[in-house]
Amino acid sequence: MAQDVEQQVIDLIARKKKLDPARISPASTFEELGLDSLDAADLIFTIEDTFKIVVPDETAQTMKSVGQVAAAIRTLMAASPGAA
Amino acid sequence: MRRVAVTGLGAVSALGIGIAPFWERVSTGVSGVRRIANFDATGFVAQVAAEVPGYDPAQHFTDAEQSLLDRFAQFALIAAGEACAQAGLTLTEAERDRAGVTIGSAMGGSVTQDQGYKRIYADGAVRLHPFTIPRIMNNAATSHVSMRHGLRGPALSIGTACAASAHAIGEAAEMIRAGRADVMIAGGADAPIAPGVVRCWEAMRVLAPAPAGDPSRACRPFSRDRLGLVLGEGAGILVLESWERATARGAAILAEIAGYAATADAAHITQPGVHAPVAAIARALAQAGLTPADIDYVSAHGTGTRLNDGTETTVIKQAFGAEARRLAISATKAVHGHAMGASAALECIATILAMRHGVAPPTANYTEPDPECDLDYVPNTARPMSIRAAISNSFAFGGLNAVLALKKV
Repeated sequence: MAQDVEQQVIDLIARKKKLDPARISPASTFEELGLDSLDAADLIFTIEDTFKIVVPDETAQTMKSVGQVAAAIRTLMAASPGAA
Repeated sequence: MRRVAVTGLGAVSALGIGIAPFWERVSTGVSGVRRIANFDATGFVAQVAAEVPGYDPAQHFTDAEQSLLDRFAQFALIAAGEACAQAGLTLTEAERDRAGVTIGSAMGGSVTQDQGYKRIYADGAVRLHPFTIPRIMNNAATSHVSMRHGLRGPALSIGTACAASAHAIGEAAEMIRAGRADVMIAGGADAPIAPGVVRCWEAMRVLAPAPAGDPSRACRPFSRDRLGLVLGEGAGILVLESWERATARGAAILAEIAGYAATADAAHITQPGVHAPVAAIARALAQAGLTPADIDYVSAHGTGTRLNDGTETTVIKQAFGAEARRLAISATKAVHGHAMGASAALECIATILAMRHGVAPPTANYTEPDPECDLDYVPNTARPMSIRAAISNSFAFGGLNAVLALKKV
């Protein structure tokens, strides 16, 4: 599961923003992908549901790229025994 | 003072989507009240409501749009689209700065709020969708209409409960009169048919229970056997323009908003008064340069509650004196329900169409005269008649009254 976190995040963003997932990489930033602040909040809401984690506000504020999102998910999943 | 022309109308209601089904059913007294379909109302006192029949958001909005729009804002956008199309509204960049929006809503995004509370209290969730606030906020309908149509002038949401869209139309007309705007999209929207909201209304003991047999007969304004109000939903939107702008561009003018007055009872939070509504009628007529003898038709607030309909009858008698018995009065809530913040706009639209078609719509479901309500309510059958001018009454909980005076063009 943890290995494909990046790919899952890429797929979620691709679906929400109707983008080609092949054009999204772990280095892609929200700005490059056209995610505004409301889109980011929406993405993090879906991530909480998908991975069964709670993303604290201070962590949410550090999520500005696909790689940062995936890293935060891994950290939160490791700290949360109930996570998917 | 400048004159105010109505150049576009749009409606979403229990009678269908669009002005055509709305007028067809208002003018023939065909009720849109049915058993509640939005949720399972088993065990509720009020198992009937005036819901928009067969509404499918996907026919009107993309998935991305739907995620940002509560049902009430969806209704507002659909009705505004129809009204703007009828008006043939095209605005230059400079004109956009002098074109605005006023939309009334009693409850805002109540379905979203209700679902959010269920998620927290019943389902134990700690996180709600991040679009929850933008969907719930009372000004969402105003903002979305402003964004969709590129209107950068004055934009307000008005929260005066059951009179909200009368205040919205009246205040929009005042802005045009005062030269603060040249075009205003004005009206109201609400979508309160959610379990939590219906329970709140039940607690007030003003909702009509489902009658045995035909649920469409639940709302019976001015009839002796009236049982209470029936909640409804929808949106009514008008395009208002300064008279000179409308005539200069050759727009078809549907009616004139000739007068408007707002007054407050300053007395009781729910019980309707008499003095302030009478004053509102008198001031609206005065602004329009009309006398009681000039008015042929009254669109009543007519909720179907025992208290409103009796009190409103007294109000009309005091305001019109000897002319009261000559007036054709109807309460169209019998067919489109009490659509809260959308009601007054739907009734204003019905009044405009009544003037244009020369037909007073009936008060449907009227069975029995009430000694307390002894005026001419056009019972059950539409009446062909010339309507030179009319008023539309709206009296909200909290004692906030709005009256619009309309002239035939």
